[in-house]
Formats: sequence, structure tokens, C-alpha cells
Amino acid sequence: MARAPLTLFCSALGLMLAAGALADQPQGSTDDTGSETAHVPPDPPHHEMGDMTYPRMASMMQMDDRARTGMALLDQLEWRHTAEGNAAVWDAEGWYGGDNNKVWFRSEGERIAGATQNARADVLWDHTVARWWSVQAGARQDFGAGPGRTWAAIGVQGLAPYWFNTEATFYVGEQGRTAMRLKAEYELLFSQRLVLQPEGEANLYGKSDPARQLGSGLSDLEIGLRLRYEVRREFAPYIGVVWARQFGSTADHVRESGGNPSEVQFAAGLRAWF
Amino acid sequence: MNRSRFSSGSFNRSRRHFVQGLAGSALAVAGARHFGWAAADAGAVLSGTEFDLEIGALPVNLTGQAGIATTVNGRLPAPLLRWREGDVITLRVSNRLSTPTSIHWHGMIVPADMDGVPGLSFDGIGPGETYVYRFKVNQSGTYWYHSHSRFQEQTGLYGPIVIEPRDGERHRADREHVLLLSEWTDLDPEHIYRTLKRQSNYFNFHQRTVGDFLNDVRTQGLKPTLADRRRWGQMRMDPTDLADVSGYAYTYLLNGTTPARNWTGLFRRGEKVRLRIINGSSMTFFDIRIPGLKLTVVAADGQDVEPVTVDEFRIGLAEVYDVIVEPKEDRAYTIFAQSLDRSGYARGTLAPQLGMQAEVPSLDSRPLLTMMDMGMGHDMSHMPGMSAAPHHAPADFGPNVDMLAAQPQSRLDDPGVGLRNNGRRVLTYADLHTLGGPIDHRPAGRDVELHLTGHMERFVWSFNGQKFSEAEPLRFNYGERLRLVLVNDSMMNHPIHLHGMWGEIESEKGEFLVRKHTITVQPGQRLAYGVTADALGRWAYHCHLLYHMEAGMFREVRVERKDGAAS
Repeated sequence: MARAPLTLFCSALGLMLAAGALADQPQGSTDDTGSETAHVPPDPPHHEMGDMTYPRMASMMQMDDRARTGMALLDQLEWRHTAEGNAAVWDAEGWYGGDNNKVWFRSEGERIAGATQNARADVLWDHTVARWWSVQAGARQDFGAGPGRTWAAIGVQGLAPYWFNTEATFYVGEQGRTAMRLKAEYELLFSQRLVLQPEGEANLYGKSDPARQLGSGLSDLEIGLRLRYEVRREFAPYIGVVWARQFGSTADHVRESGGNPSEVQFAAGLRAWF
Repeated sequence: MNRSRFSSGSFNRSRRHFVQGLAGSALAVAGARHFGWAAADAGAVLSGTEFDLEIGALPVNLTGQAGIATTVNGRLPAPLLRWREGDVITLRVSNRLSTPTSIHWHGMIVPADMDGVPGLSFDGIGPGETYVYRFKVNQSGTYWYHSHSRFQEQTGLYGPIVIEPRDGERHRADREHVLLLSEWTDLDPEHIYRTLKRQSNYFNFHQRTVGDFLNDVRTQGLKPTLADRRRWGQMRMDPTDLADVSGYAYTYLLNGTTPARNWTGLFRRGEKVRLRIINGSSMTFFDIRIPGLKLTVVAADGQDVEPVTVDEFRIGLAEVYDVIVEPKEDRAYTIFAQSLDRSGYARGTLAPQLGMQAEVPSLDSRPLLTMMDMGMGHDMSHMPGMSAAPHHAPADFGPNVDMLAAQPQSRLDDPGVGLRNNGRRVLTYADLHTLGGPIDHRPAGRDVELHLTGHMERFVWSFNGQKFSEAEPLRFNYGERLRLVLVNDSMMNHPIHLHGMWGEIESEKGEFLVRKHTITVQPGQRLAYGVTADALGRWAYHCHLLYHMEAGMFREVRVERKDGAAS
């Protein structure tokens, strides 16, 4: 009779030992509730942050995805050997703003024998409208030889399939003048620093402007090939060859002044940005 | 708009002194430095329950060029903090910078006001101020801490945390070393960020060239090569785009030590050595291996897992893996951690004595992204056991999203670009099984699907096409179990970190796999994980690529009681 409590005691002891052994088992994979019991949720915060405006939050976090950035790119600053003599040619642009709204500045022109020619500057508002495209609107001022012209501008720019950078801008000026500028460029890498940049630009005018020696229709086309070496990404000297062609009465004006409306020019220059 | 907070004038000059050993001659300091976090280096390891951490800026010279680091107690990396599970700890963090700062305890489950995110947890720590963090440590394992303010993490404010389990380590080792991976740059991080906004491929010096085209024509034929170029050209995507910031800007560090300086950890032959490996970098995924040694992974993100033995693993930013190695020979072994884009590596040595070294492997050849990485569902023959999840909402996320993954896949058993079929056994998420099961067995009450989106050219990053500034907070009901479904609609890996709550990754069948605080979602991948919203308050949810976070890949998560009150 006395054996029953002893057996009970022994079995209880055995169970306890077994339980102990189980608890000691390093493998917890058989027991998939271990994490549930071990996990301790955090207490609620003693001090709770209130709502605040985005600018205040951004300033507190020192993290602002609306922050504005800017860039200035001197895409071409080059000396060209032309029939009229050596020319200094520039093509620059810059922007400042957020991811989807920017102020965009563009300028190009040339200086031959100390005189500025065919120069222009655009100031545009650039607004992203699609994955690869933005619309631009603003104004353009032409300067250099002849009377200055002012235009209102509207256009698109973006990255076309196959990595073509493209720009198309339509202009409306005084006295019913209209104009269009088309530009495309591409980059071909020979090495990580040696880059060939084909580029094409065309200008069209709605009506002729003899004072600036421009004919109506397709006025000029320029196709360039520039091979640059990026000493740094931001600093790249280059050499290039440019085929410059004038058409229609623009070409006539060139002929009249003793020039050649179709000319191959050699260029050397610098591309830089910051 | 230039908030350059890291100009050389931004540190307190009265505290200006040199970080010894980082800039000194290699010989003079080799002994001290090689110990890394060994106890011999007083101040490198802090333990107990009371901590005084002083954040400052100090001149350093890791590369031959002087720079300014953000340090804790004058150390780069910050001191190793040793805690014990169950202790209540107090950390007094003082700011000796001229700009605000903060410390986030990465992976620690702490009350929202102790989490260290300015704007969500607290106001941040202003110059000259001290913030007292106090919380009970209810977990164990390897974690880390870092600044959550601007680019201070990039300039050095990161350090390891090791928490001793109350009941002793499950996987006993004879010795342990912390391996903290990071980067150093001589560039101002503000400049890096601006540069990425101006020309996002600036740091990629492995773009495809005319020569590559000719090579491909020779090896693959003209037609397939043209077809390949056409596909990428139509998308306007670059298959070499593996990292936004590369070895061009970075020197990769192991325990704050450059590859040339070769951090060394000691062992005795036959010992079991536990390596606590933390990716504390700002922009780099590392592929890590130790030629000659098998790596037995025993914990992921501080959580013990069923041991799994591999040759190599990829460690995403902010991820943590504990591995055990058993060197059987009396020789040196190289710890080799190459960046995902193969533009550089961090390196160290395990050796029986100081001064020994082993051969350093050459970098693997640089991979190209595939159509599978673009979520196009091709190339599936490479990866058995994958099924397409035809689950893409025909979404329009707006102009700042440059691609959508048409056929995102689960691919939990995919080691990722550059590691597929490399002849080595590489860890995947499918190999990880956290011991003890999930923290919550309830099925998820709802799914919250978020797409990881971005625009490479503009360097804009977002969830569902919305930057932080454009998005409402995600609202979780206090106490609910929900499933977060992430679909990576970009061509980059994103390590996504939810503050305050664990993420429990599910297999394709919905079974529990592994509990993590930071979850890497591969390009074109769809990944689901359970979350229990048991942490009241406001929390950060973001990509841990620092410049992606700054560019908008950040959300607030609010855990609220149903009546709307936060507590």
C-alpha cells in the first residue's frame, strides 16, 4: 500500500526531470511557441510626438525629399575652325529646383572675330509630366548680329527610347513670327571615360527674318560628333567634327556674304558641369 | 538649399583631437588596432547598465586624405555596447556637434520615445544637449546602433550592440568577434547626394561600352545582342546599374579598418568562433565569405535560427548574421566581403596570431541584371522552384516611377544577382528558420501591399510612387496581425526596415520562415511578411539605403488604438 505514493512520487519526479531536460534542449524547433512567450511588446511612449507640418518634420528629421538642387552644364565650349575664321562656340544649360519642377536655363551662340552671332538664351519652367518627359514653358531672347528678338517658348524634353536625349521647342515671337528648335543627342561609351557624343540640332522658322539673315522653313541643321575624355565626370576636354548646313534663303544669305552654306568644321573644346 | 552639415567647420573645435590609430602609422598602432573590440582596447567595449555616449566630430585619415568623422566617445566605429537581457539600461547621449543628432537602436524593441528617430520619436538632440534613453532589454543577440540624422551614419556614427541571453547562448562558442562592415568616403555626403540628383550613374564605372557590344556579338551572335540592347534601350534601363555609390567614392571598412590595414581577429585551432556580422554601411550590399571555412549561420537579425551551413552570404544594409566557424588549421583565413557591384571589398583576417595573412581572393566578375531582375519573369530556367506571382496591380504610380515589375516573383530561394550558380553554397531567405516560431500565430487579418518604386534618372525613391512628403502615414490598428506585401518595382535591392515591430517572412505557402528587422527585397521580387502591431506610437518605415531614404523612400507607420488614440 505504501508503494503507491512512492510510485506516484517517482513518476512525478520523472516528469519533472523530463520537463527539465526538455527545457534544456538547445533545439527549439520542435517548440514553435517559444517566440510567442518570449516576445515582449514595448510599453507605450511616455512622451508622444504630436502632429506637425511637413516642413517642420523635414527640418527636425534633417531629411527633405522636396529639397531643391541645381546643376550648371557647359556642354560645349569650343573653338571651331570655319571658313569665316576661328569661332568660339558655346552651348550651356542649367537648372534649379525639385524633382518635378525646375527653372531651366539654356544658351547657345558663337563669337567670330570679336562679334557675337546666332546667340540665344531660354529661361523655362520645366515640369515633369510623364516617366521620361517634361514640358517646358518660358521665354527666349535672341541676340548677336541683327536686331534682338524675343519669343514665348513651349516645348518638351526627355529621354526617348534607346537613350536619346531629345528636346523640341516651339516659339512664338513678335509680328507673327514662329520658330521651332529640335535637338537630339546620344552617348556612346568606348571606355568608362572615353565618350562619343553624336548630336543633331535643327532650326525652323515660320517666316523669314532678313534682318537676322534667316529664311523661312528649315533654316539650319548641325550634326556634330564629339569625342570627350572624362578626366573626371565633371571635366572632359574633347575634339569634334561638325557638319553645319544652311538651307533656303538662310543659305542664300550665307552665300551672299561669301560663306559656304555647307561646311565641315573641326572643333576642340571642353565639357564641364558642377 | 544646401544644408551642408559636414563641412570641416561643423565640429566643435575645442574638442578637436586626432583619432589615434586610424591616422597614425601602421606599425605604431598595429597592435592596438588589430584587437578591434577586444577588451584590451579600453573604451572600445562598454558594458553594464549605465552608459555615457558623447557624439562629436573628429579629424580622421583613413585613405591618405584628411576627413571629418562623426564619432561616439571619439571612436570610429562607435563603441561596442554589451547589455544583458532583462536589464534596464540608461544611455545618456550628449551632442558635441554643431548640428542636431540622434541615435537609433536598430532592431531593439523599445518604446516609441526611445527609438531615436527625430520628428517621430522625439525632437532629436540639439547641439550641447543630452537625451537620456532608458528602456528594459527584453531580447538578446547581435544588433547595432546608428544616427538617424542626415548623413551622420555615412560619416561614422554606427556601432555594435551585443546582448547576452538571460539563459546563456544557445549555440556555444569558445570565442567571438564582431565584424562590422561599413564604408568611408573622402567626399562630403551632401556632395554625393547632390551628384546623384544631377547624374545618377556618376559612380558607375562599369557601364556597357562599344567593346562589350562587340564581345557580345562575337560570343552570342549579332541578333541576340541586338535584341538584348533593344530590350534595355526601350526600357531606358542599364543592366550594369548595381549600386548607386561605388568603390569610386568608397573605401570599404571592416571594424573601421581599411583592407590594407587588415583587421585581424585571433583564434586557436579547433575553437568554435562566433562571428557577429553587421552591415553598418550606408549604400553597400556585401557578399561575404571566408575561403577555407564553412559558415554556420546560427542567428539572423539577432534571432536564433536553425543552424545552416553555407560558403557565402549576402548581407543587406542593416542586416545582421551570426555565424560560427571552426578553423581546423593553424593558418590565417581571409574574411572577404566584396560589394555587390564588385567595385571593391572590405577585408580582414582570422589568424592564430597577429601579423599573419592569407591570400585575398580577386573580386568576382561583375554581374549584369537580367530580365528576371526587372520583374519580367524570364530566365526562370536558372532558378528551379520558382513560380510567378501574377499579382501586379495595373498601377500608375506617377511620373517618378521608371518601371513596374510585370511579373514579380517570390524567389525566396534566389541568392540574388551575382551569386547565382557561382559554385558556392550561398545563403537565401528560404534557408532561414527562426527557432521558436513566430511571435504571433494568428493569421494576418489583412494585407497591406506596398511597391518599392523609384526613378533612376531623377534619383527619386518612394513607396507606391509617393515620396515621404507626399504620403499619408500607414495606419496599423493596435493589436492586429497584418501582412505586409512588398513588390519591388525597381532594379535595385532595397533593405526595408520597420521600426518597433518584427517582420516575419512567410514562404510562398504562407509558412513562417524567419523573423527579421530589416528585409532585403530583390529587384522584381514580391515578398510577404507578418507584422504584429503591438507597439503603440509613431514609427519609421524605410529603405536603409541612406540616400534612398533621403530621396523619399520613407513612410511613417502609426500604431493606434481603434478609437484613434495613439496610446
